[in-house]
Amino acid sequence: MNLSSLNWNSLLPELVIVATSLIVLITAVVGKVSRVDRIARGHALAVVTLIGLLIAAGLTIMQLSQPASDFMGMVQSDALSHYLNLVILLAAALAVLLAWDYLGRFTYSFSEFYSLLLLAVAGMMFLGKSTELITLFVSLEILSISLYILTGFNRHQLASAEASLKYFLLGAFASGFIVYGAALLYGDTGSTWFSDIAANASGGFLTLAGFALLLVGFAFKIAAVPFHMWTPDAYQGAPTPVTAFMSVGTKAAALVALFRVLQSAVSAPYETWAWALAILSLLTMTVGNVAALRQTSIKRLLAYSSIAQAGYMLIGLVAGTVLGLQAMLFYLFAYAFMNIGAFACASLLESDDWSELQDASMANARGLFSRQPLLATALAIFMFSLAGIPPLAGFFGKLYLFDAAIDAGWLWLALVAVINSVISAYYYMRVVVVMFMEAPDESTRVRLPIPDSAILAIVIAVLGALLLGILAGPSFASLGQAVVAWRF
Amino acid sequence: MALLLFLALALVALLAAVGMVTSRNAVHSALFMLVNFAVYAIFYIMLNAQFLGVVQVIVYAGAIVVLFLFVVMLIGGEIGAVRSSLRRYTYAAALILGALFVAMIGLGIAQTISTDQTVAGAPAAGGVEAIGMALFTTYLLPFELASLLLLAGMVGGVARRYKALDED
Amino acid sequence: MVPITYYLILSAVIFTIGAVGVLVRRNAIMIFMCIELMLNSVNLTLVAFANQWGNLNGQIFAFIIMAVAAVEVAVGLAIVMAIVRHKDTTNVDEIHLLKW
Repeated sequence: MNLSSLNWNSLLPELVIVATSLIVLITAVVGKVSRVDRIARGHALAVVTLIGLLIAAGLTIMQLSQPASDFMGMVQSDALSHYLNLVILLAAALAVLLAWDYLGRFTYSFSEFYSLLLLAVAGMMFLGKSTELITLFVSLEILSISLYILTGFNRHQLASAEASLKYFLLGAFASGFIVYGAALLYGDTGSTWFSDIAANASGGFLTLAGFALLLVGFAFKIAAVPFHMWTPDAYQGAPTPVTAFMSVGTKAAALVALFRVLQSAVSAPYETWAWALAILSLLTMTVGNVAALRQTSIKRLLAYSSIAQAGYMLIGLVAGTVLGLQAMLFYLFAYAFMNIGAFACASLLESDDWSELQDASMANARGLFSRQPLLATALAIFMFSLAGIPPLAGFFGKLYLFDAAIDAGWLWLALVAVINSVISAYYYMRVVVVMFMEAPDESTRVRLPIPDSAILAIVIAVLGALLLGILAGPSFASLGQAVVAWRF
Repeated sequence: MALLLFLALALVALLAAVGMVTSRNAVHSALFMLVNFAVYAIFYIMLNAQFLGVVQVIVYAGAIVVLFLFVVMLIGGEIGAVRSSLRRYTYAAALILGALFVAMIGLGIAQTISTDQTVAGAPAAGGVEAIGMALFTTYLLPFELASLLLLAGMVGGVARRYKALDED
Repeated sequence: MVPITYYLILSAVIFTIGAVGVLVRRNAIMIFMCIELMLNSVNLTLVAFANQWGNLNGQIFAFIIMAVAAVEVAVGLAIVMAIVRHKDTTNVDEIHLLKW
């Protein structure tokens, strides 16, 4: 074996991201020497980051039709990982736009922020590609470690440090379960490659316990009930751009990795896992939605809503069919637009007072429509989309997911999900009612002037939520072709 | 002979683990952890993983425990008893869950493994050379990814430095 | 020769002691030490299995886990220090600005 025999091309997007992360670190040093204004330096780093993300996205799109498996079968570049990469890169780019102005309010450590963000992106991309347990675990840790730090990035705020501690302790605990599960699978088969595990698993105790422990660990990472305790705190305490990014990116990457892991469990009947996942999905959406009902903070409401959304996405894994996978990928795209858009709007409603829990409370949005009609409309569009109201992207995403569930014989799960959507409509609509029906008073608060970068992010998200809804049919079909071409 | 040695060491490891979890003082806990890690190093050598045995001592005893002790010294070691603020039933529930978990895994392992001892090939010797060869050929990708992980940890450490340094 | 099963059961027991410790201790540093204990017993499991299978796969995994544990300690203790600077405690029950 030598270096040139490895197919580096298949990892090109990831390598670009890692290189950008290093460039960001070096640029910061150069910037410091040249005595450029600190804020301008931050903007320059954001531009470098965006360029890196765009190049990686371009490379991913160029590779779309070339499935490849390499590095001794440790990574697999296929339609699944390419589309996952696009979701992650999109989420990261929108998060950078949000951070553009937001970050300068509490820190000057721009280079650390962007470089950790890029490392988290690289970790997620590797996680979605990995087909071997060691690679999977290291990638998962890269993204987790980066996100622990990013969560606690606001040093002026106790809530941010607390969120970081809680996220870290529970995340490390979950990692313990994931490695123990991986160790048992290795003990069962003598190999850490998914393909060997699929071929040699005994189907006995070690296989079952191994997969069960892995499932518990992944449930922590995608914030599935009953392993969701860290989510509301981490999401509320973290700087909003970070929350927006990790709510989409971590879920997407962990779901895809979980799918790959479970695919290798074919020797155990898939129904066993489908049942476990179905119960997980049921609990996740129900608890998430019910808890969201009584929230008074928009950010915390969105955190619970993102738990519920993870429950919907799990339906795609429960179905375990091409249709299910296709629906999950489509929903991830829709979710990236509408969820980050909603967080973008929420970030504009926050107060600047770091001494208290800086928060976008519901009262801050009171009568927003009469003050900032466009912002209120945008937030309303995201809320409608999250609630699943046609013709927005969220509606079609849910439709495809429920359809996939019914198609695979999970009618009751689809019904529960529909009931859940109705419950969730209540709290999403409450935000809209507060903005449109109530009169503004002294508690109404918008950060003015609204920064251009945030406007750009919101416009992109609105367009995404609208277009993905209007063009749902064709885009869903093209996802389907790619997924089918890959496997099954 | 080896069995006797194992049983004696296993007892030490178990007691150290229990001592670590129940100790009132974080310094004692860290020292119990050190004992536990040192016993593990001997186990690794008994299991033909000589390189890992040495690394265990260097990384865990040399770096991790010292780091823990360092932080404990900075913030004070008195951290209160286990049950100081815990409701009794939570405590009982945790213990029962733990006992169940042990029983399940233990029984499962005992049943599964003892029946197929035949799979063992020639035990792999985990010397420096063998590990090095494997790391830089087959496992190149995870090895490089681990370097990314270390980079993330490093940048993270820099980002978390004191407030006073924030103003450049 | 010590049967592999003994190592596996020992590490399962210590893993569980660590996990129970995470649940019953309320001090961030202690919880963190218990997590390290869990990771370590996973390493023992891996090395024991590697010996049984006669390949290095498990040893490499254990080696990587050591690297991960080291990074986790560095980052985790930095996070704990950040809390201590804000608020003079490491008791997770006293950290309740956000609901636990």
